[in-house]
Amino acid sequence: MYEFLTGPMFWLSLGTCFIGITVRFVLYFKGLNWQLERVAYKAYPAQGLKGALNSILNWLIPFGTCGWRKQPFMTLIFFGFHIGAVLVPLFLLAHNIFLKEKIGISLITLHPVIADILSWSVIVCAFLLVLRRISLPEVRILTTAYDYFILLLSVAPFVTGLIARYEIGNYSFWLTTHIICGEALLIAVPFTKLSHIALFFASRAQLGMDYAIKRGGMKGKGMAW
Amino acid sequence: MPEGKLCNRKPIETEEELKTLLSDTGGKKYYEEMKSLDVDSGLLWKTIGNTLKSRTKTWLEICAHCGMCADSCFLYLANDCDPKQVPAYKIQSTLGEIVKRKGQVDNEFMHMVMETAWAKCTCCNRCGMYCPHGIDMGVMFSYLRGLCYQQGFVPWELKIGAGMHRVYRAQMDVTDEDFVETFKWMVEENEEDYPGLEVPIDKEGADILYTVNAREVKHYPEDLAEAAILFHLAGENWTVTSTGWEQTSLAMFAGDWAACKMQVESVYEAMERLKPKRMIGTECGHAHRATVVEGPYWAGRSNGKPPVESIHYVEWLAEALREGKLKIDPAKRIKKKVTLQDSCNYVRNHGLKDITREIMSYIVDPGYFIELSPNREHNYCCGGGGGFNGIGLFRPQRNKGLITKRDQIIESGAELVIAPCHNCWDAIRDLEEEYKIGIKWSFLKPIIISMVEIPEHLKPEE
Repeated sequence: MYEFLTGPMFWLSLGTCFIGITVRFVLYFKGLNWQLERVAYKAYPAQGLKGALNSILNWLIPFGTCGWRKQPFMTLIFFGFHIGAVLVPLFLLAHNIFLKEKIGISLITLHPVIADILSWSVIVCAFLLVLRRISLPEVRILTTAYDYFILLLSVAPFVTGLIARYEIGNYSFWLTTHIICGEALLIAVPFTKLSHIALFFASRAQLGMDYAIKRGGMKGKGMAW
Repeated sequence: MPEGKLCNRKPIETEEELKTLLSDTGGKKYYEEMKSLDVDSGLLWKTIGNTLKSRTKTWLEICAHCGMCADSCFLYLANDCDPKQVPAYKIQSTLGEIVKRKGQVDNEFMHMVMETAWAKCTCCNRCGMYCPHGIDMGVMFSYLRGLCYQQGFVPWELKIGAGMHRVYRAQMDVTDEDFVETFKWMVEENEEDYPGLEVPIDKEGADILYTVNAREVKHYPEDLAEAAILFHLAGENWTVTSTGWEQTSLAMFAGDWAACKMQVESVYEAMERLKPKRMIGTECGHAHRATVVEGPYWAGRSNGKPPVESIHYVEWLAEALREGKLKIDPAKRIKKKVTLQDSCNYVRNHGLKDITREIMSYIVDPGYFIELSPNREHNYCCGGGGGFNGIGLFRPQRNKGLITKRDQIIESGAELVIAPCHNCWDAIRDLEEEYKIGIKWSFLKPIIISMVEIPEHLKPEE
């Protein structure tokens, strides 16, 4: 089982994720239409690029935009969730040892204590995101079972990973479950809302170009996100 | 039932059709017919297939349902934080649902969509600034209005408005002759006070081509006189065109994109015929957006610009004051608490946030100008944008929607609100009528005229 999961399934899930997400990213930009969106993308490439980067970067900084500052609690749990969700899978020591064995390369690694803190942060923040969904009427009305499913899919590798890491119960069982959850997540990325991993950048870039090219970016100081 | 006589999927094409629809006071019969209007699901789905591409598709798909857009919406705030007013909910439950059902929606559903598209969103685009994914629900509502219009589910006044543009190339039944005659008449009325005042018609190669809002011609002709007086005092070489003079577009509010194109092309043709150095539009927000910001795209101009440089009235005014073409008598500057309404259409959607404040610095005595909070590109819609002001059916919702602006003004303590935008001006007038908070409101032109110094050589002989 372990051999299968770390062999063919590893390649299949990673391939599906990378190829799928690349396809979606490319299709997004190929699908842009200057007349339908009413943005002259090609006429002002420099302004467009500047606007796109501005739009992306500001939103990647905690409290970097008016939107984030307006909702400090959401900002904290949002970044508490996403920072761990991005860094831990990529830079966890165990993942990189595996990578080294598998493909001969490894990335920089997180200190184990930091990895623990970030993993816990993902779980706690996911729990708070659920509470927020339940308690705030303006979020509850939007929430569907699908939203919980996506959250569950995202947090499952962290829960199972931590159980394995603390060696609670049967280590081999939890490690296998962790790998299954991780691979399920990777496969789901291109086909679900998790595609926002890439499409967040695409969507933010588009609105940034819209504001930079058409909606006043060339007048005065540009956009105060 | 198939299409009705008044309420149908066909745009208004003739004066006769327009008059027939106008004679249905308040749209009584029109809305009655709408109750049994069929939805052409095939056409709806085909249109979506042709026009709903990756940007909008992605917006609908990746919305995280986080609700961060909720309190960015002035209608959510004005309606006691009703969850049904959350922008993401409004668009997901309408456009999102139509897409999910592949266009298979019924009459009752389309009634709900129409109300949501015109009475729960003014397309002010503020929510787009508060969404982490950059999902602009105002843009999607504008798109949705186009689908509604195509299906015949459009408020009576806006069906008429779009028809006016198709028939008269103006938002009201104002002909080219009416426009020229009214402008000339208003100039004659003021000639005694301003010797040499004129309105040059169809002058080629002028520095400025001035375009207006048809309701100035029909209801507020003094606005035309004020524009002429200020150009005259500033010594500008200006002109108006006898055809293609209407800058506004109710067709944009209606979602009648073909009429938007017809309208804006009439203005561009005038630009190309008269070859002015610049076009300056009147103090109107949506007119500027229609002709300068969105118009080039409707007309298929790939550089996204009108044929000649086109600026808003506030840009010209700031320039005239800055360069001393117009001089303000310091003794006559405003000496009471005054605030400024930022128009969504040229502030949030065209970046003119500082220029109006520059004007304030020339015309208000230090210490009297107060900002609304929030302001600039974060300002709330006046409450009547996007056609909301003009729809009788949704008047109660519009009046409720004014509450956010009302409270913003009360909080500022201002006695006077300067609103260089027709829609904002109307909404603020209406909120004073409705809620009586004791404020005055004004465009810039009359204020400037009340305090501008008249150069010696332009003064009337005693």
